Amino acid sequence: MNVDVLVQQLLNGISLGGLYSLLAVGYTMVYGILRLINFAHGDIFMVGAYVAFFLVGIYHLPWWIAAPGAALATALLGVTIDRAAYRPLRNEPRISVLITAVGVSFLIENLGLVIVGGRPKGMPVPDLMGRAYSLGSFRVAGVSLWVPALTLLLVGGLLVLVYRTRMGMAMRALSRDIEATRLMGVDVDRVISYTFAVGSILAAAGGIMWSFKFPQVNPLMGIYPGWKAFTAAVVGGIGNIVGAMIGGFIIGIVEIMTVGLMPQLSGYRDAFVFAILIFFLLVRPSGLLGEPLKEKV
Amino acid sequence: MKRSVLVSLVGLFVLAGAVTASAAAPIKIGLNLEMTGGVAAYGQQGFEGIQTLQKMMKLEVLGRPVEFVLVDNKSDRVESANAAQRLIQRDHVAAIIGPMISGSMLAAGPVAEQAKVPIIGPSTTNPLTTQGRQFVFRACFIDPFQGQIAARFAYQQLGVRRAALLVDVAQDYAVGLGNFFAREFTKLGGQVVATQYMKTGDQDVSAQMTAIKAANPDILYMPNYYAEIAIAAVQARQLGLDVPILAGDGADAPELIQIGGKAVEGLMHTGFYHVKAFSNPLARQYVETYRKLYNKEPNAFGALAADSVLIILDAIKRAGSTSPEAIAKAMAQTKDLEVTTGTVTIEDGNAIKPVVIRKLVNGQWEYLATVNP
Repeated sequence: MNVDVLVQQLLNGISLGGLYSLLAVGYTMVYGILRLINFAHGDIFMVGAYVAFFLVGIYHLPWWIAAPGAALATALLGVTIDRAAYRPLRNEPRISVLITAVGVSFLIENLGLVIVGGRPKGMPVPDLMGRAYSLGSFRVAGVSLWVPALTLLLVGGLLVLVYRTRMGMAMRALSRDIEATRLMGVDVDRVISYTFAVGSILAAAGGIMWSFKFPQVNPLMGIYPGWKAFTAAVVGGIGNIVGAMIGGFIIGIVEIMTVGLMPQLSGYRDAFVFAILIFFLLVRPSGLLGEPLKEKV
Repeated sequence: MKRSVLVSLVGLFVLAGAVTASAAAPIKIGLNLEMTGGVAAYGQQGFEGIQTLQKMMKLEVLGRPVEFVLVDNKSDRVESANAAQRLIQRDHVAAIIGPMISGSMLAAGPVAEQAKVPIIGPSTTNPLTTQGRQFVFRACFIDPFQGQIAARFAYQQLGVRRAALLVDVAQDYAVGLGNFFAREFTKLGGQVVATQYMKTGDQDVSAQMTAIKAANPDILYMPNYYAEIAIAAVQARQLGLDVPILAGDGADAPELIQIGGKAVEGLMHTGFYHVKAFSNPLARQYVETYRKLYNKEPNAFGALAADSVLIILDAIKRAGSTSPEAIAKAMAQTKDLEVTTGTVTIEDGNAIKPVVIRKLVNGQWEYLATVNP
């Protein structure tokens, strides 16, 4: 492999990693505040992409309406999921909520199959995203340039939200101790709903950008990206937003390099990613940037 | 879409075949189709073909109506084997049509073989599916033939000498077809400059395309299914790989064009069917009925599923019996039967059929050639 190819592969890895980062940030935010791994995150990602697909592809609305529309729809979905599936289990052991999250994930996937059918649909991609840009002899799709910008923007917004607003203060308090926060007079359920809404908006952003890069939508499209983003969040230190971004890029680059350097093993690219997940869980469960978990007594 | 909705919701529902004017018990034929999952287009198109046939003629044999029992195999191997099991044991079908793809037939075929119930794959082109089997059939040609024709077309008609392959390693079909193409292309004097691998459902193939581009090929051969071809073509074009793309029968689905858009423009493929390729009365009637029913152009998978029904009914008639063993025996002796894709003769479980070559021009399939075996 010569240098040109290596650089192009690195660019490919960064392009893919950017998408994982965007998704992983949503994963990690919900976990950081609620200590809940929301396995339905990947499926909310799928719903976001579908809503955008319907608004643009079927109703021919412009993107500046479709994208916020999709974000709004997923925010409602996130809040609804919390109301229906997680809130009744608020005082149950954490494992119950985790299992419920897996159940919600299956429910959304199969509802998707029933409602829109199993056949993939082509996503209409705006020219700005779909066209390829040449950087010297290297090529990058437009969407790959926009994804990091969008991720930084959303992360910036998120940091302001968490550290500069009253709601953010409540979120941080919640992440320490739910009971104490409740005793201080904070409407805990409202804060949690808010958290899910924001997390779901991040998922919708990821879903739309993903379907710009790989221009199709199908009801099971969220499964693998969801797992990869979860891995990225663990690698970065789950709960840590900057860590999730870094983790996303690491996963993307590892995946591309697996294929680039060992073409015969292309079929095992997912296995490599999940081997990293297992490695981190065994050796450094707190991830690259995470703090070791303190047991609450 | 409504139809697939119902199917996936209920999992299984029974279609009344013909009007049951006579009180005779219907003959049940099982449909083991991909109504959801990775290659849902094939199963749904196959199902459309069978419904077209129902509109065209009263499906009746030995004075008994035909009834279809549909099971969704979700484009999955294990589900396909389970579906075959269920059709045989619970529904006591006389014969099974589907799965549509080779990998699933390699799983479902042995189940039917063991139960001694004939099973026919409308479009299962991998040679292994019928090898050494008495009860497994296909309504299409086999991949050694298709791969050979593709390689000759590339080498002789297109004049290319450096081929690159992107092969879906999760599909027996793609692996087999890729090998048959590569063998013939090298035999002719061409060179395979890069072989890259992916698996079904992979979205990102930028790494593979980068490696292929670096090998400087003058044709890209992708013996995969439509969704994988479309996504790969988009990324090939984005990375500046502008060589012609050649594919197999797996390219034939509307999703290829919907997803691939401009990237698949000019794509050529070897396949089973083009509305202009066959002109016998049954073929013409099928095309007309299909257009009226679905308001779109007919496709290979529908036509081959309809052919599978015709092959089974012809066998039942010749056998004069609905015992699965007698049907299988008669199916093996199918000769010059008129179907919606010309005529069909079955040898060693395989249909002897011509290859049709098509090219995508302005989003429409243009007919290039028919190559007879």
